Amino acid sequence: MINKTAIYVLWMREMKRWWRAKSRIVGSLAMPLFFLAFLGLGFRRMTIPGLSDDVGYIRFLVPGIIGMNILFSSTFGGLSVLWDREFGFLKEIMVAPVSRVSIVLGRIAGGATTALIQAILILGISCIMGFKITNISSIFLAIVFMILIAVTFLGLGLVFASKMRDIQGFSIVMNFVIFPLFFLSGALYPLENLPVWLRYISKLDPLTYGVDGLRAALIGVSSFSIFYNFIFMVMFSLVMIFLGAYFFEKSESV
Amino acid sequence: MSNYAIQVDNLTKKFNGFTAVDQISFKVKTGELFGLLGPNGAGKTTTINMLSTLLKATSGYGEVSGYDISRNKDNIRRSIGVVFQEPALDTKLTGKENLVFHAMMYGIKKQERIKRIKEVLELVELTEKEKVLVEKYSGGMKRRLEIARGLIHEPKVLFLDEPTLGLDVQTRRHIWDYIKRLNKEGNVTIILTTHYMEEADFLCDRIAIIDRGKFVAMDAPGRLKDILGGDVVSLEIEGNPDALIEQIGSLDWIKNITRHDETLSLTMDRGERRIPELIHVAQKNEVEVTCVHLRKPSLEDVFLHFTGRTMREEEASQTERNREILRSRFGRRR
Ligand SMILES: Nc1ncnc2c1ncn2[C@@H]1O[C@H](COP(=O)(O)OP(=O)(O)O)[C@@H](O)[C@H]1O
Ligand SMILES: [Mg+2]
Repeated sequence: MINKTAIYVLWMREMKRWWRAKSRIVGSLAMPLFFLAFLGLGFRRMTIPGLSDDVGYIRFLVPGIIGMNILFSSTFGGLSVLWDREFGFLKEIMVAPVSRVSIVLGRIAGGATTALIQAILILGISCIMGFKITNISSIFLAIVFMILIAVTFLGLGLVFASKMRDIQGFSIVMNFVIFPLFFLSGALYPLENLPVWLRYISKLDPLTYGVDGLRAALIGVSSFSIFYNFIFMVMFSLVMIFLGAYFFEKSESV
Repeated sequence: MSNYAIQVDNLTKKFNGFTAVDQISFKVKTGELFGLLGPNGAGKTTTINMLSTLLKATSGYGEVSGYDISRNKDNIRRSIGVVFQEPALDTKLTGKENLVFHAMMYGIKKQERIKRIKEVLELVELTEKEKVLVEKYSGGMKRRLEIARGLIHEPKVLFLDEPTLGLDVQTRRHIWDYIKRLNKEGNVTIILTTHYMEEADFLCDRIAIIDRGKFVAMDAPGRLKDILGGDVVSLEIEGNPDALIEQIGSLDWIKNITRHDETLSLTMDRGERRIPELIHVAQKNEVEVTCVHLRKPSLEDVFLHFTGRTMREEEASQTERNREILRSRFGRRR
């Protein structure tokens, strides 16, 4: 059922394509770094309600921006099935004697790796810019959360890709799914500031637990306990892998 | 093991009520080179997609290498190779990387993989370009690479969907040679689709002519042409031809008459010797012959014979029909 060679070769393909699009790597780092720089500098002197003084907005923001970047790159990664369909390569993948689950796992492995590399790069640049991590072992914990966020949204992207015939619906997903998930997650501000009813909705957003988990790991300040965040993220990612694989299997490949 | 590579019975595919493939039935023997010939939109690609497990049939039965297309998808996938009509290469990978990807997806071990990739690259003469990104390849090179890829895992059955579409004459000849060699020496059963008559004629052991999702004829190319009974002399005429047609019809060496606008197509043996007489008869009936054309029968004539339309007309009406479908679906465009 699970074909390791197929997963590996799908992963490898993703790595090669990613590495060859170097200009895209730079581009994909630019947006989060601009967010960090301008939001960070712009709100530097503000006291943000719900945020203790010793945290500071930039420290609060870094995990949120990392979460944002993984959200975007992973959802796009899942949707990249549509590009493969557009360029015909999907047929080559689908006609191979490989279980559909292996194909999904290969895509997720590739997408998660690139999302993770970018997240670590952002974290590294933030550190150079003065972001302090409480202790080194927390990097390991942060990476666990990064992977869980990536897997969750790759699954989500696959669900959408399976439901769409072409890339026309892309901007709809962008505006009505990705952005709301981002703003509801508390990546930019403490969720405690939202009205109560919105806070309930944000509890349905996987990214809420992802970002909170990253904060717990990296700056030691969070709304929920790190364990609680971890359990939720594991559940979300398993459900999304399952849904992604299910819808991918159902979809017509030509 | 049956000695049929493919058996299809009443296979049908509908897209939202539109019947793209309509109850086709055929068998292909192991080792045969079988052609599906028809104009654009006839349903060739849809048929290939169903047989190669990419598309679910609406109804009917299909079997490839002895496996049911609706149940044993993995077994079929293992035993077939497909070269799709539209390019299906990753253009951001090199030619060789595309082949390695394929070989690994098919579970070919490293030693064997290296050997076979080398072989197929030599076969299609792309060894020198193996390290070049596919986006830099010409159309013909891409096509050859795809054919090479379809061969790496040594399929028992190879589907080629319009293998030479859009290629120049020289490359086409080249690819025809590969296909023939593969079929005869490599003993691969090949199902090929095309809308080029010469291609089907040159390559195939047997041909099914498909039109609007239905088979209209199926036989060896030579036999199909025999049905027409000889050479075709076309007369382009001016004037009322009714009397002429009647008189020609009474000649005992005329085997068939088709009228198509201002053109009369007459079938006979040894047409070159009959032309003077035909012109003479036309003059007697006050019909002016503006152009005479003699040709040995082609599959184009066969298509005309079975459908009453030329392939070009059929494609035009297909485009028109598609437009109507779009219009009825999305409203009229201003
Ligand atoms: N996915 C699809 N949805 C709707 N109609 C389709 C689809 N694929 C093919 N068709 C229609 O089915 C008919 C047959 O198409 P196709 O099999 O591609 O023809 P061919 O390969 O012989 O040119 C055409 O009218 C085409 O428009
Ligand atoms: Mg086609």
